[in-house]
Amino acid sequence: MLRDSTTFIGRGLRHSLRSVDALLVAVILPVVILLLFVYVFGGAIAVGGQYVDYVVPGIILLCAGYGAAGTAVGVNQDMTTGVIDRFRSLPIAGSAVLVGHVVASVARNVVSTSLVLAVALLIGFRPTGGPLAWLAVAGVLLLFMVGVSWLAACFGLLVRTPEAAGAFSFVVMFLPYVSSAFVPTETMPAVLRGVAGHQPVTPVIETLRGLMMSGPVGGSGVAAVLWCTSFTVVGVLGAAFLFRRRTAP
Amino acid sequence: MTYTEFMTYTVEAVGLRKSFGRHAVLKGLDLGVRRGEVFALLGPNGAGKTTAVRVLATLLGPDGGTARVAGHDVVAEPERVRAAISLTGQYAAVDELLTGRENLAMMARLRRLDRRAARERTAELLDRFDLADAADRRAATYSGGMRRRLDLAASLVTRPQVLFLDEPTTGLDPRSRREVWSAVADLARSGVTVLLTTQYLEEADRLADRIAVLHGGEIVAEGTAAELKDRAGAATVELFLPDRAALADASAALDGVPDGEKLSLRVPGDGSARHVREVLDLLDRRGVPVDRLELHRPTLDEVFLSLTGPEVRGAA
Repeated sequence: MLRDSTTFIGRGLRHSLRSVDALLVAVILPVVILLLFVYVFGGAIAVGGQYVDYVVPGIILLCAGYGAAGTAVGVNQDMTTGVIDRFRSLPIAGSAVLVGHVVASVARNVVSTSLVLAVALLIGFRPTGGPLAWLAVAGVLLLFMVGVSWLAACFGLLVRTPEAAGAFSFVVMFLPYVSSAFVPTETMPAVLRGVAGHQPVTPVIETLRGLMMSGPVGGSGVAAVLWCTSFTVVGVLGAAFLFRRRTAP
Repeated sequence: MTYTEFMTYTVEAVGLRKSFGRHAVLKGLDLGVRRGEVFALLGPNGAGKTTAVRVLATLLGPDGGTARVAGHDVVAEPERVRAAISLTGQYAAVDELLTGRENLAMMARLRRLDRRAARERTAELLDRFDLADAADRRAATYSGGMRRRLDLAASLVTRPQVLFLDEPTTGLDPRSRREVWSAVADLARSGVTVLLTTQYLEEADRLADRIAVLHGGEIVAEGTAAELKDRAGAATVELFLPDRAALADASAALDGVPDGEKLSLRVPGDGSARHVREVLDLLDRRGVPVDRLELHRPTLDEVFLSLTGPEVRGAA
């Protein structure tokens, strides 16, 4: 299983390297949104401090989520193009294919997220967190990427076509809009505030922001880790179940 | 079937049944493939060929019946079956983003070859399947024939006991088809047991030692190409006549199918010398001149149509 997973991780990494366009989109899209919010809307949003410092954690998260969501398409393509039959007719655990996709997805997202962070630094993002805080940031982001990648794998196993699988990206991309990513939730109407306050993205963003800007993290940290861990657990179990169902002899 | 016969079957199915919803695709399929032979499952689209292969390759569980491949039950011991087989599916399942070399190296690794052995085996297969020049190009840039060859090569990184080929040449141009044929023929010579499905009679005739005609989820005929042709029985005498008048006279004298273009008349018979003599004597007596004649054995196409025609469907 380990060795087969390694083989499939290698395959996933090669795929990532060869889909430069996908990687570019995963970097450019968040950067455009970042520029849009900082230079177009940002001036009108009062956050008590530099808006760029407020918004970057949200953008980073959006980037991580968007890239991880691409896993859905890759997994679905394997299921629908007949490649999976080839793998399944081998004496190996077919689910190693999924591990390959998820690990490659995380690796891909580490790259795109770093690039987006670099752009943020260029346009004036000035984080104040120390090395330990950054270590924690990396940990939370990794956990988030792993969780979303597994959920994306589930979605890819659930839907019929790669086009449908692509829709997962939109879900992940729009979640940050109804969170504290771009504006403080207190400015939202009561119903939305309720949604924003209880959806998984908000505590993750609050945690990232607190760590990066040396602000309070408080209960958000625990909530963020819990959410990401549940994503991972639900994603792994769900993917295992769906994979078995989809490939049941 | 005697005990020794039973022992020599590398692939054996007894009463295989499989339905999708209400649609019964396999209705009690029986077949036996002997060690080292090339066996063709011949049938039109929708006959159940792919379903049969997927069941035998452990990708699909049967609703009823049993199947053993390389001595192992496909339901009870799928892992052991998988260790003994290779499958080339209907759609060339190559990874388009990887190069030909990477595709093969990946398969070699998944077949438990170490890095060095994988590298060597990959180079060997690229040579053998005439892909060495394109080895480092992405498979997405390959032609249909190259993909199929890569797909075949991927099935052979380790030597399987049984190779399943599901419609190996469907959608290929004639040249690519010939390339795949010669690759399969090479394999057969090296002693691999091959079960292939096809809807082309020519392909079955050319590659297979034995042919089973699958129709509506059942085997309706089985044997060598020659045996199947014998089953259809009749041979045809084709008489070539000097002019239209002679063709008209001959048509009046004999029950046959005239061809105005070729100035010929096809007369069904049994292929015996006696029948040919009778035909010629009759025309002699009527003073109808004949230039020459040809004796036609039925083509596999005719056999196929006679086996899978409406009367068979009515009987099923």
